[in-house]
Amino acid sequence: MTAPAPRRSRITAVTSGKGGVGKTFVAANLAAALARLGQKVLVLDADLGLANLDVVLNLFPKITLHDVFTGRQPLDEAILPAPGGFSVLLAGSGMVEYSRMTPEVREQLQKVIDEVAPRFDRVLLDTGAGISDVVLYTVSLADDVLVVATPEPTSLTDAYATIKVLATTQGRREIQLLVNQVRRPGEGRTVRAQLQQVLDRYVGPSLDGAVRLTLVGEVPADTAVREAVQRRQLLLESLPGALASQAVVAAASRLLDLEAA
Amino acid sequence: MSWSVGAIPGRRHADRLLDCFHPCQDDRPTTSFVPSPEAIQASAAAPLQLEQALQLLAQSGRPVPAGEPGSPGWLQELIDALVDLSSRDALTGLANRRSFELALAREVDRVARSGEPALLLVLDVDHFKRVNDTFGHAAGDQVLRAVATALLDSVRPMDLVARIGGEEFAIILPNCPEPFGATVAERVRRRVERAPVLAGPAGQPIEVTISIGGAFAPQWVRSTPALWVERADQQLYRAKAQGRNLVQLEAGAVCFVSSEERQALFDTTFGFEDLE
Repeated sequence: MTAPAPRRSRITAVTSGKGGVGKTFVAANLAAALARLGQKVLVLDADLGLANLDVVLNLFPKITLHDVFTGRQPLDEAILPAPGGFSVLLAGSGMVEYSRMTPEVREQLQKVIDEVAPRFDRVLLDTGAGISDVVLYTVSLADDVLVVATPEPTSLTDAYATIKVLATTQGRREIQLLVNQVRRPGEGRTVRAQLQQVLDRYVGPSLDGAVRLTLVGEVPADTAVREAVQRRQLLLESLPGALASQAVVAAASRLLDLEAA
Repeated sequence: MSWSVGAIPGRRHADRLLDCFHPCQDDRPTTSFVPSPEAIQASAAAPLQLEQALQLLAQSGRPVPAGEPGSPGWLQELIDALVDLSSRDALTGLANRRSFELALAREVDRVARSGEPALLLVLDVDHFKRVNDTFGHAAGDQVLRAVATALLDSVRPMDLVARIGGEEFAIILPNCPEPFGATVAERVRRRVERAPVLAGPAGQPIEVTISIGGAFAPQWVRSTPALWVERADQQLYRAKAQGRNLVQLEAGAVCFVSSEERQALFDTTFGFEDLE
């Protein structure tokens, strides 16, 4: 029995309890920011059922993960360069049939991740929203989890539920948090603190150790974001000077600092 | 798919046991070793030292392997018997901790692939120390054997019953749908409660009860055997704390956020200061 070869790649799952909080926006722009900071990054569209990374990046490739899963195309054909200087592996719309996690889909996804991971410094898994078995499985393949939330009450509740599930069913004790669409500076810290306190009171005591939430960054509500999305451009590419762009770059840099520490 | 524990996320936090397991045995072809002529020659030159192995078998009440001593068939039988011996608990004949850990790792892998529900029960004899102190260790042993029999009697043949510690037992129940979990666990508890253990000084019955904690393996999700045990252990702890002779199963796999928790999320008096 041989041990698996050491992997230099770090796999980060980007997830959110609730949809519409900018998870894919964060994944794509974070990838661009990490690429600027010198990392070789791949974003894998793991929202197999309702992927929209292609829309965010304005990429509509002929060959997608679906073709890889069905064995019609080799994996390399499906890995594309994205506008922000990183690579993407898109799910494509043919993936609706994968919205249930069957053993075959699991094997395929695992195989693809195992194969691409050694070629990149980082693989970002853009998971679906919610706490479905597909999302939980995808997250379980990652080294780290980055939860994207907004200060909205519904987003906060769903983020909390996601963190609780990951702590209880996957033994996660370190979770990264990015607060999107903050209305005032420092709101991200407030959100983190509030989540942390409720976790400490209701989740920590039933586990063998506390769940630690680390704030990776806060991204301000910025009209530039909507503008970029409507132009189908990556924010970091089209409006690099925007406050939200700067915030994403700061988050990427903090992520690397945290990992180096 | 084959993976090692080293690749499991979250293992840093729950790696108390099973560090050396690579739960991929199911995938592996059965290897049969055919000794080379050189090896046979070498073994003829330096005969195998098997006295102790044979003594162990005899001591455990197993028959001597059939066939010509030293022949491949005879050796295979001897090895099989030793394997069986090393996977059983000497006192009760149940699976021992070693084979329990192996089976658990396999089950975690299986559940992650198939999505079938599987339940793990951990059981502990209530006030066992008191039995030992009052009636002596021989009576204690008799209690453990009686509990083992009761456990075997109350589960399906496909379930694995193991003794994993002094007075601690575990049962792995593959393909056990969630609605049945509580019924099965309750049946096990009652079966032990009702089984008479005639281990008193004059053969009078001793009352024996067990506390049971249980947790389902997270379906479809790659988890760790250690984490699963930990979750079941937490429920066992609750059963003990709530008065013993009780069953406690972890609430459903889908995580529940109580209204109290929801309220706390928006409770501004809860404190807004980030102490980071």
